[in-house]
Amino acid sequence: MAETLLNITALSKSFDTAKGRVEALHKVDLNIREGEFITVIGPSGCGKSTLLRIIAGLDGQYSGTITLAGQNITGPGIDKGFIFQEHRLFPWLTVEKNIAADLSLRDPEVRRKVDELIELVKLGGFEKAYPKELSGGMAQRVAIARALLRNPRVLLLDEPFGALDAFTRAHMQDVLLDIWRRNQTTMIFVTHDIDEAVFLANRVVILKPRPGQIKNIVPIDLPYPRKKTTSSFQELRLRVLKLLDSLDELELTDGAGI
Amino acid sequence: MSLQSEMPIPQTTVKQDRDIHSPPHSNPAAGEAAVKVTADIVQTNRQPRSSKRWWADLLWASIIPVVVVVLWQWAGGAGWISPEFMPTPWVILKSLIHLIASGDLAYQIGVSLQRTLLGFAIGGLLGLVFGCFTGMFRKAEYLLDPSIQVLRLVPHLAIAPLIILWFGFGETSKIAIIISGSFFPMYINTYAGIRQVDGKWFEVGRVLEFKPYQRFTRLIVPGALPSILLGVRLSLAVSWISLVVAELVGSTAGIGFMINEAKQNSDTPVIFVGILIFAIVGKLIDSLVRLLERRWLHWRDSYRG
Repeated sequence: MAETLLNITALSKSFDTAKGRVEALHKVDLNIREGEFITVIGPSGCGKSTLLRIIAGLDGQYSGTITLAGQNITGPGIDKGFIFQEHRLFPWLTVEKNIAADLSLRDPEVRRKVDELIELVKLGGFEKAYPKELSGGMAQRVAIARALLRNPRVLLLDEPFGALDAFTRAHMQDVLLDIWRRNQTTMIFVTHDIDEAVFLANRVVILKPRPGQIKNIVPIDLPYPRKKTTSSFQELRLRVLKLLDSLDELELTDGAGI
Repeated sequence: MSLQSEMPIPQTTVKQDRDIHSPPHSNPAAGEAAVKVTADIVQTNRQPRSSKRWWADLLWASIIPVVVVVLWQWAGGAGWISPEFMPTPWVILKSLIHLIASGDLAYQIGVSLQRTLLGFAIGGLLGLVFGCFTGMFRKAEYLLDPSIQVLRLVPHLAIAPLIILWFGFGETSKIAIIISGSFFPMYINTYAGIRQVDGKWFEVGRVLEFKPYQRFTRLIVPGALPSILLGVRLSLAVSWISLVVAELVGSTAGIGFMINEAKQNSDTPVIFVGILIFAIVGKLIDSLVRLLERRWLHWRDSYRG
């Protein structure tokens, strides 16, 4: 078993809103091993994005401890690659310059790695294209390449394929698994799509809302590449679905609104 | 262009072609075909307007001016309008040719352009610098912006007499009038441009560990550039208008002087030539900035009509 890369202990986070204090996360404990693919799923308001943003160092003011490779997380940085729901490319830069961003393509080392990554995310021929000329899936692949160029310890993905159509989404899942297989980068992937969560992950983390807490962690012991039509896949999918469904009932009895 | 809707098609082909148990993308041919299809689309998308379309647009734009000039000439020829007040286009053209041939026009335009550009250079630069400060720093905004906004609401031509009182009728007062006009559009658009740079990019900058100067050069400058160039355009236009005032008030050279002198000599065609020159040079300056916009802002994905 690989070593622990990310350790989250008793993580709580609250926001002050007009209606008072809202607890977004309540005593979350999670251990993620080097090279693991974790998906986080849960209904809206369960704090899954907040959890990811705290790991990224984008959100602060939480209680509990959270360490990456034994170091406390003090702020955002290139060791924690982040893929947003929207691609967030710079529209004034070409694909290759977006990937390089603050690094110079005249540096032969950067040039070589950028070319490799363009190959990895299958965008050969689009090096000089501008974001406006790309489809949603292509743009998101550029964003992934931009993060990977910096050799992150962990790649954090916040519903990155949420805005894509079903075919492109399935294609992107294959691309991401391909990247994971080759680079063995640890992935934490937030989604609200059950199929996606089960298809990608070693472990599916199910969060329950109000306050955000881990309800279950479902290990997915299917070999890769996976096939969504097999009965073993469907069984696990059903298990996750049932666990999520029970959250819905809980919510109704609580009388809480979305 | 429907690049977005084209994309899923090749991608589904990739999926169907692929043996499901093989690793992703074991069919490079299909993937390459998809890339080629889209690459072609990208190519056509990048091509500029065809020359045929350009001529058609020009023809369309010249309908109104041509009709007006023809009617004007016809009414003048029929004796319906007085040549003292409203010389015909033909007479104006002859006067223009005479002024060009004598070299007088080139000299006057040179003087006027020099004044405008000097005034704009100083006023625009000040607007850019102040706009950057108030746009980037809250403290600078609270300190400077309220005062600047109050001054902005004073029509800058209203303070022209004051400027003349201070600096006399010399070159300084003319440049000062142009500076006072060109400062505000540049300031406002720089400030607003910086403030409308999407905060999401700054989050990306944090994740990519941009240094403070990189935040400025890589996020703020390109993000605010569309607005800054608009500022340049408006500021140059105001400079050109301020020039007229500055030169009409009193000067010994320049297009405004030429008009003023023609008025005293009752040489109406020259007045029209002057007006025409103001329009043409103004338009040329504007086109120049738009050319820069097209070159620097081609990455924008906005509606083109």
